Amino acid sequence: MKYLIFGFLTASFMITTLFPFYFAFITSFKTDRELYNLQMNPLWISQGWTLEHYQYLFFKTNFKHWLLNSITVSIIVTIYSTTVSTLAAYALTRLSFKGSSLVAIAIMLCYLVPPTLLFIPLAFVVSLFKLTNTIWSLVLTYPSFTIPLETWLLMNYFSTIPKDIEESAMIDGATRPQVLLKIVLPVAAPGLATAALFGFSQCWAQFIYPAAFITFSPNKVLSVGVPVELVKGDVFYWGPLMAGTVAAALPVVLVYLIFTRYFVAGLTAGAVKM
Amino acid sequence: MVFAKERSRRRWVRSTSFVGYLLVAPAIGSLLIIIAYPLVLSIIMSFSDKTIGNPGKFVGLGNFKYLLQLPVFRIALTNSLLYTAVTVALKLVLGLVFALLLYNLPKTRQFLVALALMPWFVPTSLTALMWWWMFNPLFGVFNRLLQNVGVAGIPWLSQPFWAKIAVMAVNIWRGIPFFATCFLAGLLAIPRDYYEAAMIDGAGSFMRFWKITLPLLKTTIGVVVLYSIIMTVADFEIVWLITKGGPQEATHLLGTLAYTVGLMSGRLGEGAATSLFLLPLLLLCSIWWLRSIRRSIRYEL
Repeated sequence: MKYLIFGFLTASFMITTLFPFYFAFITSFKTDRELYNLQMNPLWISQGWTLEHYQYLFFKTNFKHWLLNSITVSIIVTIYSTTVSTLAAYALTRLSFKGSSLVAIAIMLCYLVPPTLLFIPLAFVVSLFKLTNTIWSLVLTYPSFTIPLETWLLMNYFSTIPKDIEESAMIDGATRPQVLLKIVLPVAAPGLATAALFGFSQCWAQFIYPAAFITFSPNKVLSVGVPVELVKGDVFYWGPLMAGTVAAALPVVLVYLIFTRYFVAGLTAGAVKM
Repeated sequence: MVFAKERSRRRWVRSTSFVGYLLVAPAIGSLLIIIAYPLVLSIIMSFSDKTIGNPGKFVGLGNFKYLLQLPVFRIALTNSLLYTAVTVALKLVLGLVFALLLYNLPKTRQFLVALALMPWFVPTSLTALMWWWMFNPLFGVFNRLLQNVGVAGIPWLSQPFWAKIAVMAVNIWRGIPFFATCFLAGLLAIPRDYYEAAMIDGAGSFMRFWKITLPLLKTTIGVVVLYSIIMTVADFEIVWLITKGGPQEATHLLGTLAYTVGLMSGRLGEGAATSLFLLPLLLLCSIWWLRSIRRSIRYEL
């Protein structure tokens, strides 16, 4: 009896959680004829699957440009912020220098500054650098959330690596840079992967900065292009809109499925351990 | 003399402090330009009547006074507080229930957690669209299912009351998996001996939850809730994409109002003041969060 109730409750949670994805998915493959026929069962595809919405997406909209922009920005920012965060996190956990704990607190506070507080002044900073309406405005501003997050995750990870291995290498005559490159980084590889994956998915998801800085359609990224540009005046845009949603989510879903372990570890480490 | 100076310089270069500063410099430099500077800039803007194309002048607390008697702003302020209170409370309760369920399913747990995290890792700008589609009055799945069982459809996004329910529901839906996963990790960190000892002493399952689980989960709950409060007060995408703040400005949050006023109408000073209005509350939560985090580190050691 107890198991029946547990099973029922767990199933309700899972179904509620996953239903919107399922519904978006089937909508994107439904013919318009079936989609807008109120006699048909909305929960299933009964009149054949179609790729028309995806064709429309790839050949009639700027979707390809947005995809390319999202990939470019996310990769550049991830490489930059992972590098910078690794150096900072190593210094903050391994070298105790004057003010190091203050720096650590400052970075953690930066992690808590929501983008909604910064988009107005950042729009001004972006225009100072003459980057308005270019994807470089995003390359400039995205590290404001990736660096604090990644530094924090990496600090957490570095503090789990025993200091002994570094110390014994230094006694053997290795220098700091050698220790960092040859000993710490290989051991910290899973931590680096977690940080990079978090950074990447946050870049992919960011909405308010690209919405605020870029109005020129081909320079938009997926997270803004899909919700803002695919909504047209007429009522019958749901097929392409859901196709855009599914296609834009697919890269993150794939990355997540391959690296689930790192994501879950990073999530719980970030929220619970530290 | 020169030699001694050179030597002390080299010692400084090799010293831990110098290496430390060198390594944190790129991160700190970036954050100064893209967080500290804009934050200060925003505070200065909020005390001015700056608009796009007009540098503006200092108006003291003028923006804040003006906002407080503006009906739209009052709605947005109450909404932000209500939205945060309701959603965080429900995410906490439902997240804890979900975590306890998962805790009791050791075999399928990992698989279920991986799946359940979808709302957390799929970008909100996309999931909000999925919900917008489901809330569609004519073709959306909710109203079609209601009509199939003979009930009139609900005006989800055209009536203030239902629109508020809708955006809150989406926020709760997105937050539950995150809360549950964090709580599950906290639950798994509690040593099983405690429960066994309590069972030998005859404690029932409710007693065990009340006397062991909750006290030991307190720090985790605090950290997660404070983090969620900060992010929910400043939420943007869900409301912006599903209702645009409507109907009749009834669902505006401070973030969406700041976007409308500051960027779309170009009144930068007023927009900055709108977005910064709850900064004191956020700061308070941040300090409290830092303290709980540090306490939990100490526990760990």
